[in-house]
This record gives sequence, structure tokens and C-alpha cells, in this order.
Amino acid sequence: MSKPVVATASLAGCFGCHMSILDIDDRILKLIELVEFNKSPIDDIKTFTKQCDIGILEGGCCNSENVHVLKDFRKNCKILISLGECAIMGGVPAMRNGIPIKDCLQEAYLDGPTVDTNTDKIIPNDEELPMILDKVYPCHEIVKVDYFIPGCAPRADLIWEALVALVTGSELKLPYEVFKFD
Amino acid sequence: MGNISEIVKKSASKYQKDPTKMLDVIRDVQAGLGQVSQEAIVEIAKVMKVSTVDVEGVVTFYHFFSEVPVGKYSVYLNNSAVSVMKGCYDIAKAFEKEVGCKFGEVSSDGKIGLHYTADIGMNDQEPAAIINDVVFTSLTADKVKAIVADMKAGKNMQDTIKDFGDGNNQDALIKAMVKNNIQKKGAVLLAPFESGSALKKAVAMTPEAVIAEMKTSNLRGRGGAGFPTGMKWDFTRQSPGKKKYIVCNGDEGEPGTFKDRILFTERAEMLFEGMAIGGYAIGADEGLLYLRAEYMYLNKYLESVLDKMRKDGLLGKNAAGKKGFNFDIKIQMGAGAYVCGEESALIESAEGKRGEPRNRPPFPAQRGFMGKPTSVNNVESFCSAAKIILEGGAWFAKMGTDKSKGTKLLSISGDCKKPGIYEVEFGTTIQALLDECDGKDAKAVQVGGPSGVCINKSKFGNKICFDDLATGGSIIVIGPNRDILEIVRNFMEFFEEESCGWCTPCRAGNKILLHKLEKIMDGHGTESDLKDLEKWCVTVKSMSRCGLGQTSPNPIQSTLANFREIYEAKIQKGQEFVSEFDMAAAVKDSCAFAGRKPIVEGH
Repeated sequence: MSKPVVATASLAGCFGCHMSILDIDDRILKLIELVEFNKSPIDDIKTFTKQCDIGILEGGCCNSENVHVLKDFRKNCKILISLGECAIMGGVPAMRNGIPIKDCLQEAYLDGPTVDTNTDKIIPNDEELPMILDKVYPCHEIVKVDYFIPGCAPRADLIWEALVALVTGSELKLPYEVFKFD
Repeated sequence: MGNISEIVKKSASKYQKDPTKMLDVIRDVQAGLGQVSQEAIVEIAKVMKVSTVDVEGVVTFYHFFSEVPVGKYSVYLNNSAVSVMKGCYDIAKAFEKEVGCKFGEVSSDGKIGLHYTADIGMNDQEPAAIINDVVFTSLTADKVKAIVADMKAGKNMQDTIKDFGDGNNQDALIKAMVKNNIQKKGAVLLAPFESGSALKKAVAMTPEAVIAEMKTSNLRGRGGAGFPTGMKWDFTRQSPGKKKYIVCNGDEGEPGTFKDRILFTERAEMLFEGMAIGGYAIGADEGLLYLRAEYMYLNKYLESVLDKMRKDGLLGKNAAGKKGFNFDIKIQMGAGAYVCGEESALIESAEGKRGEPRNRPPFPAQRGFMGKPTSVNNVESFCSAAKIILEGGAWFAKMGTDKSKGTKLLSISGDCKKPGIYEVEFGTTIQALLDECDGKDAKAVQVGGPSGVCINKSKFGNKICFDDLATGGSIIVIGPNRDILEIVRNFMEFFEEESCGWCTPCRAGNKILLHKLEKIMDGHGTESDLKDLEKWCVTVKSMSRCGLGQTSPNPIQSTLANFREIYEAKIQKGQEFVSEFDMAAAVKDSCAFAGRKPIVEGH
């Protein structure tokens, strides 16, 4: 039987969850024995080259490109996992959700104390740029998500255990330490 | 600024700069300035010698305090479920038309502010509103027109009330248009009561005998939870320490409950005697009535009753003629927060702080008000206690069911012809209540308010009692043409708003529950959303810190159990997932502001 294929992406996240994946240290060698990576920042494959088994998503959706990538993942992966707070709840980026988008853009590009070169008072509007959403959405509000791994970032042990359990079909070991956050 | 400083100083010295009087100080400032601005907050902190964030925390916690101006006349229109049934949003439109601004706004001249508020204890005469502490009931478009004209003319709101309700609502110190709507009197609470009789009898007994009488009566707390009153008094009595407090929970905030309103209006002496009896039993010399801000219109009257009782020797030094029993009662006004009905949150609030529930243990009986042993009891519990002393615990225990003795005061509202107050024995069936209040067409009954249960016809034979249908007094009749999910949504919006925010399961959980519910109501739900909804209910109930979050999923949980077909009809069957995400809507505002054309094709 061929190895399960894994894809990953960071949407509106900070890459901290991906760092946490790398935090499995030397187990990454075992991981390569267990699975094959496709589209992912880890191997820098930019587009899906085949149908994948597991898609791992860090971050929620703050712009149209995030939505596009997320939907692409849903199309190309049998199982989707929301990894970390931002994918599950929107996280830190979602702190803007209580503020009207107009005020956010105004502060970011026109009125903010660090804005000094925008003399033409332009809100970036090139059509190549992703469009900003009215708020940051968690992944499961846009597509069906199968599993959620909580944490900010989730511990490497938790990610490892979850992946191994999923790939081998064994029961997930969840000692208290791996999901306590304080 | 000079004005702010003067008003703050005046108010602070009125309360001797006592930090536990923070709510009163802020209320005076709010009333004087129409807002509690940042400058005012800084000033209050300075004068009261507390930190700015402490003051800010209190100001932002309570519904009737506002950092931004609420208008010289601030209209607080109730938009809880029954008010909506009775046309609250038509009334809102009438207000908006006459005033010229929307709800949530203040008119351009700053004169009139329009605001929604949660239940104000007038469910039997909705739609109702509070304007500058004056209650307006049974509103119609014509009445709104007249009220707005009076506000524009600068009249004192109290002076515009010409027709008063029945009973003590006509008292010179109340003068309210509120009607009592007493539909049925029972043997305990609404039977005639002779002032002084209960307390005098109690102080002739030993405190232990008073507690024993309570235990014989099997009186259980009338707020809804049903903890035995005698046991609570016994625990508090036995707690070490000389200084103890009796606190009356007069925060009746459960939407649909207005029974305490009637007790305050018509049985104030009985209530205060009950508190004094409690004080005598536990060994307290101070009683505190925490009165919800919505009942501000009763404050002067209640103070006058206390004054009279002091003059009659029932309160004060050697109360009721009992040598060495010195007991007096103070009234503490709330400021609009449902969670303050939770006893430890109420205590925090009574100490002048944010009304956030405390960790328990220690229970109030061990460490309550000001850290001293405190017994917090419901208004109706105190009134019942007074009657029990008069008639005996055995007499009381003859009424009701095996585990729920005595009578219960019910406030019935909604789709029935005779809304109002009913005093019935425990064990009365819902069907019997529906017959009496003429709500025969009911398809559902909400028992115990939003935090209670919504039952269908198959359960109309069930009984009002602690081990069947427990209720703090709220009974809402839901007629055949009502959209039950709309009512559930109203309840969930209420909980989302009223969560104090201290613990995540309640703060975030109620938001998630509301969102899931709306997803289903909007037609984007699936079987898996229903399952999710059920799981979230369990999480919020089992993980929340106080009674609010432990019961807030009940509207969803009980309608899922009793009206599942309504949910089933809304979901997309056979679909694994339906997204509610709308790209065009989500990018509309940002594209418009950036001046670009949204490209939504392919999304």
C-alpha cells in the first residue's frame, strides 16, 4: 500500500503551527517514512500534483485568497484538519472582527501612526491583490472540516500523536499535558 | 470639567466616599451628566480613592451605565420575547419615527436616546419601557406619540403619568401606571397579612426554634434552585464569626418573572419581616435588599415602609421589642445585569464591584457579603418564612407535593387572555394553569424563563414542583402561530448579552450556540450542525462557572428535545455540509472602500 499523502497550508496564521510541526524534531524522519508530502511550505510544492489524503490547515480566512486555498484543499484532500486556534476560532487576526472593515483599513493605510509614505491616501486596490473579507472566518464556517487540533500553537507531541493515530488507525493517546494550555 | 468634578464630589460625599457604594455614586453621575465619560471615570476614581480601571470596570459592566451619552431622556424599551410577541418592534418604529433617530442612537440635539433593554418585569403589560426611571406599560403608537411630545416639551416624566395602576401603585411614593394583575390569591403570600405579627411571634421564640420551624415547613428557595431555607439559615448561623448578613435577592431578572414586583408593591412589610426573622435566626444585625434597577420606581415607597417599621419599633435597636436584637435593613439598587441574580455575583455587586460570580466554595454562608457569613434568599422565600412563623411549619407543609411544600407565586404572560400573578399550590399542572389564564390554544409553554424548559402539549399534564417542572415563577404561554425558533433566538441573544464574560465556556459558548442556531434558521444547517449544536449545549452547561452558563443552553436543548421537528424542517437533509459563507457579501465593504471592483467569479 502506498503511503498516505499529506498537504499543509498557512492561511491567516503566523506560521507558528507549522513551526510546531517542525518541533517534532527527529521524529520528522519517522514521519517521512509514514507519509508523503504534497503541496506544503515544508517541501515548497506550490500546487496540488495529486489527490491527497490529509490536508492540514493553519490559520483562518481573512481574505479571498485564503478562501480559495481552503476550498482547493477541500477539493483535493479526503480529510481536513484545522490546526491551532486561528484555524479553529480565527485567533489573534479575528480581534479585528468587532471593528468595521472600513475602520481597519483606514487605520492600517491612512491614519495609523506608522503610515508616512502613503501621500496619495490609497487603500491598496490592485486587482492582483486578494480582497479583504469583512471579518476573519474560521475554516469550518467555509468548508467541512473533519478534525480539530487545538492549541496556540498545538504542541508538537499533540500534532505527532494525532497524525500517527490518524495514519495508523490506532487510538489517539491524549495525556493531560499535551492539551493543557496554561 | 468643572461641572463633572462638582457632580462627582457631591455624589461621592453623599455616600461618604464608601467604595461599596460605587454603584450609587456612578448612578448619580450617570443621572446628572447623562453619561459616565472617561473624564468622569478618572474623577470618580480620584475622589473615591480607587483605581481608574476599577471604576471603568463597573461602568462598562452594567446596562444602565454608559460611557457615551444616552440622552437627557433615555428610553429603555424591553425587547425580550414576550414584549416582541406583543408588538415591541412596532412600538420601536413609532419611537424612531417620532424622535427621528434609530434605536441605539441619541437624537441629534442630545435630548432623547432610544435603547433596547432586557426584560423589565412587566411581561403582563407589554410592550413596556422605562424612561428616566418611570415605567410606561401597554404601549401603543398613540401613547408613544404623546410620550415623545412630552419629552420634546421638556416635561418631567413622572408628572406625565395621570392614570395609576391598582393597589399601592397609587401610593403617593409610587404613582405608577403599573397594574398588579393579581389573578389568583393563595393561602401563603397573597392572603391578608398583619404588619408586625410575624416578627413579634418570631422573636418570642429562640433562633434555633425559628430554624426548626423552617425545617419543619420544608420551605425551599423560591428563586428556582430550591435549596432548603432552614438548612441555609442553619449553616449561616453555625458559621464562625460575630458579624453576619441577611441579603434579599430582589434582582428578579429572569425574563417572564414579575412576581417579586407584586410582593414589593403589596407585601413589603411581610418581606422585611421575613428578612428580620432570617436575621434573628442566623444572628445578623444587618439586612440588605438588593433591588434591580428596573424597580427604581418602587425605591421611595420601600424606604418609607422601612421608615415606618423603624418608627413602629419593628426595626432598629431592640427590634420588635426583643432586647439585644438590633436589626435594620438597607436597600442597595442594582444597575442592570441579569447575572447579578446569581447570589455570589449579587454580593459582588452589592459591594460596589462588577457583578461577576465568585468561586465556590466558600459559599456565602461561610464567606459572603464583606467576607462575612451571609444568607441570600429570594423575596418570596422571606415572605413565605414570615407566614410560616405565623401559621407554623406543619401548616405550610400540608400544602404542595411530597418534596415541594407550600405555594408558588407564578407570573404568567404571553399568549393568554388573563396574564398576571397566580399563587398556586405546588403540584398544579400546566394544563390547569392554561385553563385558568385562558391560554387554551397554547402549543408550547416556557416554564422557568429562558433558563428553564420549553415544553410541548404532551407535557401539559406535568406539575409545577422542584422535581418535575421547577420554576422561579416565569410561565410564558406560546400560542399556535408563534415561531418557536424566533423565541429561542431571542433567549440566546439575551444570554449572549448577559454573560459576564468571566469564563470562556459561557462567554464564547453562548455566541457559538447563537451562531449555530442562526445558521440552521437561515437554512444552512445539516444533520451534523444539529449534532454539533447538541454537543455545544453539553459543553457550555457542564463547563461554565455559574448558573448562567449552566442553564443558558436550555432554550436550545429543550426545544431540540420537545420540538425537534421544527429543526428537522429547517435543515438540508442528506447534505454533509452547507456553507453559509457568501464571498460577494464578505468583500463588498472592503472593495468599496478601497475603490476596486469585487471579483467573485470562481469563488
